[in-house]
Amino acid sequence: MTSIVERVEGRACVVRGNDIDTDRIIPARFLRCVVFDGLGEHAFEDDREQAKGDHPLDDERFAGASILVVGENFGCGSSREHAPQSLHRFGFQAFVGASFAEIFAGNCTALGLPCVTLEPNDLEALMESVSLDPTQEVVVDLAGRSLTYKGGTLPAGVRDGTRKALLEGTWNATRVLLEAGDAIDTQAATIPYVTGFGAA
Amino acid sequence: MPAPRSLFDKVWETHSVRELPDGQTQLFIGLHLVHEVTSPQAFAMLKEMKLGVRYPQRTFATVDHIIPTDSQLRPLADDLAEEMMVALERNCREHDIPLFDSASGRQGVVHVIGPELGLTQPAMTVACGDSHTSTHGAFGAIAFGIGTSQVRDVLATQCLAMEKPKLRRIEVSGKLGAGVYAKDVILHIIRQLGVKGGVGFAYEYAGTVIEAMTMEERLTVCNMSIEGGARVGYINPDEVAFDYLRGREYAPTGETWGAAEQWWRSMASEPGAPCDDLISLAGEDIPPTVTWGIHPGQSAGADEPIPNLSDVPDADRTAFAEALEFMGFRPGQPIAGTKIDVAFIGSCTNGRISDLREAARVAKTGKVADGVRTLIVPGSQAVAREAEAEGLDQVFRAAGFDWREPGCSMCLAMNPDKLQGREVSASSSNRNFKGRQGSPTGRTLLMSPAMVAAAALKGEVVDVREVL
Repeated sequence: MTSIVERVEGRACVVRGNDIDTDRIIPARFLRCVVFDGLGEHAFEDDREQAKGDHPLDDERFAGASILVVGENFGCGSSREHAPQSLHRFGFQAFVGASFAEIFAGNCTALGLPCVTLEPNDLEALMESVSLDPTQEVVVDLAGRSLTYKGGTLPAGVRDGTRKALLEGTWNATRVLLEAGDAIDTQAATIPYVTGFGAA
Repeated sequence: MPAPRSLFDKVWETHSVRELPDGQTQLFIGLHLVHEVTSPQAFAMLKEMKLGVRYPQRTFATVDHIIPTDSQLRPLADDLAEEMMVALERNCREHDIPLFDSASGRQGVVHVIGPELGLTQPAMTVACGDSHTSTHGAFGAIAFGIGTSQVRDVLATQCLAMEKPKLRRIEVSGKLGAGVYAKDVILHIIRQLGVKGGVGFAYEYAGTVIEAMTMEERLTVCNMSIEGGARVGYINPDEVAFDYLRGREYAPTGETWGAAEQWWRSMASEPGAPCDDLISLAGEDIPPTVTWGIHPGQSAGADEPIPNLSDVPDADRTAFAEALEFMGFRPGQPIAGTKIDVAFIGSCTNGRISDLREAARVAKTGKVADGVRTLIVPGSQAVAREAEAEGLDQVFRAAGFDWREPGCSMCLAMNPDKLQGREVSASSSNRNFKGRQGSPTGRTLLMSPAMVAAAALKGEVVDVREVL
């Protein structure tokens, strides 16, 4: 059963930079697997290795954070669901950024993980504040389309369909799609190539 | 008179099962392509939900990402790869899904075999657990890259829950210069519109340059739509698409063909069909293009320098600095003359027969430079057979190139083909992301196959117009 996602609250972690692609989030070599288990420890592995302990995911001040704050076009590139899976297994329950790549955002929704956007100035203020005080509580409120942190409450953007699916607990689309029942086959029967273009 | 409509609107409506309670559309998927990387967890979820595959006859599988390009003998040398192969075989067997494995003679990169088998057809909806599914739009199909949970959705229901994107028409007018290829066209488009410019849009490519392209060139353009942020990219079906499809294994035959062609024509965008945005570019302005950075939007003409900081908009300066630091380049430095260690021709972007022909034309003019490692990887077993029948493999071998078995190879390095350390790769693939080609510190320069071949011969990036 899928559950209702109304809000995510907890501490936040800031990963700066735009156009962070899914190859960076989870390098391709970790896609050699038939289950998603174990991906959490490899989140951002190469970036972390190159940062030699200086990566936000290795920063003790951010340990245990459940909200990841990022820049523009986060999750671009490959469709690999392994990317949100690894971040989720690392401990993140929600993503806040300037913008998200579509497939990444869709994959997150399918896992019940909200991606919300802030205006550039608001995002910068949040990043600054969280970096200075990572102990503060941050609340992503889907129902109220807002984000609350030490500095106040900010308007947060979220696609209508995504918001509704999370609020109503219908984000696991399989059950919802199955409810169409025979309508699937009825519609298919009107599509010329499905019926063989009228061939007997 | 009814208002003119776009192919996108017509395909969307034809495949729409119903509007979902959350406002999304339940869209029927006409062709579901499956491969070993993004499907095992989806099949496992299906089993957990006690569901079967709703339309196995509209589902086809192959193996491409993990398969080695030296020997494809079983068991595969890599235990994890073998485990994925076994899982795919078991899942396909249990659910009656045709699997084009190496023994079938029809194995290859999923986006190469779909078109060449005639599985991909105009006005279809196509889905695959791979972002480069946009490739199939070259036929006028609406093709989505999806994640594993959505692979589960399609397996179970043959449908996706989708929010309808806006439509942007990109018209490329005029003509391309000599030595300028489809790869340069799409790299140029992404350079102009940015790697996130297409978020929220489907791209319709049009104009004389696009219309003059062969089917294989169109596949290259649509393939990289996702690199510009557009999940979907397509070209209206015309004679070029019909001629390509005629006689393919899964294409309609006989009288059915006539009905199919009539329907396909009726689905194309009509003159004056509305779009939400229109971009016009001139073919004459497109140079052979090379990336110098760490995403496909960071590129320059082969005869141009890497930009200076003053040429870069404020918002892009941090990314610019990060890219130059990672690549080890200086602002204003010419991209031509950059030494390369590896040359890779292949992938779903440029692993088709026309790509190998163009590269062989260049390969014929010399020998691979000392110290350059090369991989020529056909996109499919069919491409390999065709190339070998034409003697292209011999052209490459004679010039000192390494002729390999079909697969994704060094595009994303989920197989043994990888960059080592800080190596610089001239690559015909689609992504120059950090670590993409298998070494966390490896560096990738994207360019056309002809440019890769030229770089292999000279040992450095060279403007292919100087060689042709």
